[in-house]
Amino acid sequence: MKTGRGFLLSLTVLTATLFILPFSDALFHALYPELSQPVYRQDNLTLLLIAHLQIVALSSLPAIFIGVAFGIWVTRPSGAAFRPLAETVLSLVQSIPPVAVLALAVPLLGFGEWPALLALTSYGLLPIAHGTLSGLEALPAELGQTARALGMTRWQTLRRIELPCAMPAIFAGIRTSVVINIGTAALASTVGARTLGLPIIIGLSGFNDAYVIQGALLVALLAICVDQFFVWMGKSVLPGHRS
Amino acid sequence: MIELDAIHKTFGDTEVLHDLSLKIETGELAVLIGPSGSGKSTTLKLLNRLLDPDRGCVRLHGEDIRRQAPEQLRRKIGYAIQSVGLFPHWTVEQNIAVVPELQKWPRTRIRERVAELLVLLDMPPAQFLHRYPHQISGGQQQRVGVARALAADPEFLLMDEPFGALDPVTRANLQDELLRIHRLLGKTIVLVTHDLDEAIRLGSRIVIMDQGRIVQQGPAREILLTPANAFVRDFVKPGEIGVRLLGLARVSERVRWSAQATGEALGLNATLREALSAFILQGVACLPVADESGRHVGALHFDDLLEIRA
Repeated sequence: MKTGRGFLLSLTVLTATLFILPFSDALFHALYPELSQPVYRQDNLTLLLIAHLQIVALSSLPAIFIGVAFGIWVTRPSGAAFRPLAETVLSLVQSIPPVAVLALAVPLLGFGEWPALLALTSYGLLPIAHGTLSGLEALPAELGQTARALGMTRWQTLRRIELPCAMPAIFAGIRTSVVINIGTAALASTVGARTLGLPIIIGLSGFNDAYVIQGALLVALLAICVDQFFVWMGKSVLPGHRS
Repeated sequence: MIELDAIHKTFGDTEVLHDLSLKIETGELAVLIGPSGSGKSTTLKLLNRLLDPDRGCVRLHGEDIRRQAPEQLRRKIGYAIQSVGLFPHWTVEQNIAVVPELQKWPRTRIRERVAELLVLLDMPPAQFLHRYPHQISGGQQQRVGVARALAADPEFLLMDEPFGALDPVTRANLQDELLRIHRLLGKTIVLVTHDLDEAIRLGSRIVIMDQGRIVQQGPAREILLTPANAFVRDFVKPGEIGVRLLGLARVSERVRWSAQATGEALGLNATLREALSAFILQGVACLPVADESGRHVGALHFDDLLEIRA
């Protein structure tokens, strides 16, 4: 019964906020009487949200593929030599804050959407690779061995036994990655991408705190909404797993 | 028939199997036993090519097993391991159906086969088909493991400490069941254990291993009565040989038919070891014997136990 309720609730709040914000002059006038334009109207917020989600999707999808593939590779015999190094590097790099990633991306890659996407993808694949790696590594050795002993090929063992059993950890990695990515994508507006970070950036540079609040509110609601979506999806994607 | 011929196997610098040769006849239930590191599990893994020997050759019915792809070979050899071996994300039905599915049996035949095996192992299909491993008991998981190994009707069955993680009662039940299935289906079974009582109870032949070599092999009785060397003597625990010998014979082999006695009756199917225990417990030297339906059929005297060496 409770399945999906958190998602529906957060989605409702997000949608409502999106519609109410353009008509909230009275509220923000009261909060910031010194501002002549307290409500962000430079862009349509819904279009910004869609653009934001596009950037998240365009960077998260490759991150999922690359991250999972990398996690699989280092747990196979062919990539086993890289595993200790990969583990160290993955946990080390994840301690770099997302802001720093974008700040580093500009001098390296320049301004625009592509550099932003590249930075988001490379940062986003870390939790996914880490989740895949640790999920596969945590499986008892007997599991894969039994599958092989029953006559499964390496590929069948991976696809039918190991990946499904490691799915909770992989899924957790994807969830972490995408949710962080939603926050980081807002920062991509500093390097020229159109996202919900735009009101925040414009607000910060124009000393308009009301803009900052409006942008931050939408980004936060979107992150909660997507997180709840993963919770809901997790229940249907992971049948039979012990809770 | 399974033949291992002059096998050598090393892991790094450690030699785990040294010039090992072993022949297991069709229909035998051979038990490999020895302390940890003796090479018994390694030997088992050579049989379905989970490991390949450095030197030497493994043959099934005279044919070198390296002549077929490992996957093809393995689908013809049943394999059961301790309960962790069930796939946790699959139902009982899916677990048992693995090998028939890999062999691309038609769906209806797989369904029939799974139901048939659950019945064979005394688990009502309607009740268990759709449960997940964590929803059934350890003993039931083990049964499912055995059913899975038997699913594609393999000629050979390899079992790696299959009952290791179970409580003594469940373990004894499953051992009886394995013996029943062995008698019923006549598979060639190779089982690895570190439990001598299990080996004695199950094995038509016991192969004792130490440091990568076979130190003695033969029927339980032979090993108990004529240990080949000091290692085997220590391994079978000299103080318990007598009762273990009694454990090999059943009351039905010694009963004095239609003789009379008073006391709590022994079952015909009980071992002489259990009979000894009953004599001691009841403080008498003669007890009545009853058949499965409880009908009095004769008596057993304490002296009858003493002929066990003969």
